[in-house]
Amino acid sequence: MLTYVLRRVGLGLTVLLATLVASFLLFFAGPADPAQAMCPEQRCSPERLTEIRENLGLDRPLAAQFTEYFGGLFVGRDFEFAGDVVHCSAPCLGMSFLTKRPVSEEIFSRFPATVLLALGTVVVLLAVGLTVGVITARARGSALDRLLIGGSQVFGAIPYYVVALVFALYATRIHGILPQAMPLSDGLPGFLAGLIAPCLLLGLVYSAGYARYTRSAMIETLATDYVRTARSKGLDEVTVVRSHALRAAIGPVVTILGLDVAALLSGTLVTEKIFEIDGIGKLSIDALARDDLPVIMGTVLVTAVLVVTLNLVVDIAYSFVDPRVRLS
Amino acid sequence: MIPDGRVDPPADVVLDVTDLSIAFPTDEGLLQAVSGLSFQARLGRTLAIVGESGSGKTVASMAVLGLHDPRRTRISGSIRLEGEEVVGAPEWMLQALRSTTAAMVFQDPLSALHPFHKVGRQIAEAYRAHHPVSKAVAQRRAVEMLDRVGIPNPHRRANQFPHEFSGGMRQRAMIALGLVNNPRLLIADEPTTALDVTVQAQILDLLGDLRREFGSAVILITHDLAVVAETADDLLVMYAGRAVEQGPARQVLGRPSHPYTEALLQSLPSPSADLGLLRTIPGNPPSLLAPPPGCAFHPRCVFSDRVGAPCRTEVPAWRAAPGESHRHVRCHLEDPVTAIDAGGLR
Repeated sequence: MLTYVLRRVGLGLTVLLATLVASFLLFFAGPADPAQAMCPEQRCSPERLTEIRENLGLDRPLAAQFTEYFGGLFVGRDFEFAGDVVHCSAPCLGMSFLTKRPVSEEIFSRFPATVLLALGTVVVLLAVGLTVGVITARARGSALDRLLIGGSQVFGAIPYYVVALVFALYATRIHGILPQAMPLSDGLPGFLAGLIAPCLLLGLVYSAGYARYTRSAMIETLATDYVRTARSKGLDEVTVVRSHALRAAIGPVVTILGLDVAALLSGTLVTEKIFEIDGIGKLSIDALARDDLPVIMGTVLVTAVLVVTLNLVVDIAYSFVDPRVRLS
Repeated sequence: MIPDGRVDPPADVVLDVTDLSIAFPTDEGLLQAVSGLSFQARLGRTLAIVGESGSGKTVASMAVLGLHDPRRTRISGSIRLEGEEVVGAPEWMLQALRSTTAAMVFQDPLSALHPFHKVGRQIAEAYRAHHPVSKAVAQRRAVEMLDRVGIPNPHRRANQFPHEFSGGMRQRAMIALGLVNNPRLLIADEPTTALDVTVQAQILDLLGDLRREFGSAVILITHDLAVVAETADDLLVMYAGRAVEQGPARQVLGRPSHPYTEALLQSLPSPSADLGLLRTIPGNPPSLLAPPPGCAFHPRCVFSDRVGAPCRTEVPAWRAAPGESHRHVRCHLEDPVTAIDAGGLR
């Protein structure tokens, strides 16, 4: 088990290094000019642009820039902006061209919103997805089954941003059934209340897929010999379904959930934008729109770390779900 | 064992099945798995039910525990377990009698035990479903049962998963699960099929010991006539969902009164016979979606030409085999025992 984890961590670090190099090359060798991005409304003189490039170290060879960036991840760096020296402590992901703050600070200050949004979504998607999956599996072929599964397919066929816009508009703006989003600085209760609507929406949208995975896995496990054995012991139906059939059907759901959680934690662009939640997703969109390269790179790296970590967590979790799986 | 027109069954009859029919609606039509089946199981005796795959043995025994999904099964007739009607009984009643009045040891324990639950827990769970005891007490009971069926190191074994057991050990654990609530009737479905011969003998001895110890009734479902000869008191031979012959095992095997039983015996390999000439029954078991009219065995029966039309048009009625008052048979032959003896099959 320990050797397995160590090997997987090593492999994960290799993937992260590759991601780092690739994104570094893409962005710093790419067409966008950071100096232009830093100038409000492009009104800098050519001399000023050159000065900015020197300050950022953009005039130095690519390899030197990379070494500096890489070193910054572990020991931090100092940046100079118009005579001021700003310290970027480890893990330094560079400075935002726009806010002149360290990228890591920008990302970590947005994390609470994104993490809470992801958590709420997981609660809703599991509650709805597993319940609908179990009910439809047990009533397969019935009118209820066709209604729920057919309905979820129609729902899933509509582009997500349309569903999100309509939902945000009607639920929070026009009818005001659910509270609108508030920044965390205005107090925790209002902030949490504002997350209800996006969590419900994301959870419901994701739950359609989970209902279908759960349904097909449950149809399989309900027909197994061991579920028949469970019934033959005189167990009640709730125990048979929950701790025998669902217990065996949960494996594939855990696998997919791990990847979806990684996606949720790296920011839900459309949701955060539409509901005006100040999370990682909104940070990425704003950075993309304004060529804020260090922030884009920072979010890419954080996403890569999340995906690699959660993949490992899923594989370890799976060995607990299915005792026949040996990690090696 | 008079299948038709009984009145009160004797007190030692645990299971009384009368005119049981079970059908499954499928996309290709109605699959008639069991037709007009009647038999009884008695305390302290072993009844063997034999027949090829698809003859309805397992389907019938699952109905005894009410394990068929009522939405997908058409079931008629009567199954009385200690006097209680099982056919059409409500779920709560079925739950109360499963594992206590009648328990089942399923075939292929690797798939019949839950792969993600420890063996001890699976046995303890069955005990707790019927006894208001703590988990610790139920776990002790599970360990005790594992010990009883001859599993060494039962404490350690109880904390292992089924995949960590050998085939014979899994079968023992499955039997421990079946016996944990001291059932009046134990149905063992092919308990020795996947095991090698020495383990097979151990499992059969175990079932015999436990039957004597608990005084329960045992139904042994098998297709292995050697197993029947060793262990069964009574024998019921099934073909295409119907019982075709029943009676004391020794008599039935000694002088079969149904051509199908005879054919089954003939297809056993024997050490004295020419090794190159293993007899098989010609043809295949019939489709249960469209079974042959009349006697379902007639397309494969060597006597059907001699009897003629009735074999192809009429389902033979139950009757006592001539000269054998304890045995019953469904065959159009006038005197099947003599006909088979003289039939040139031996």
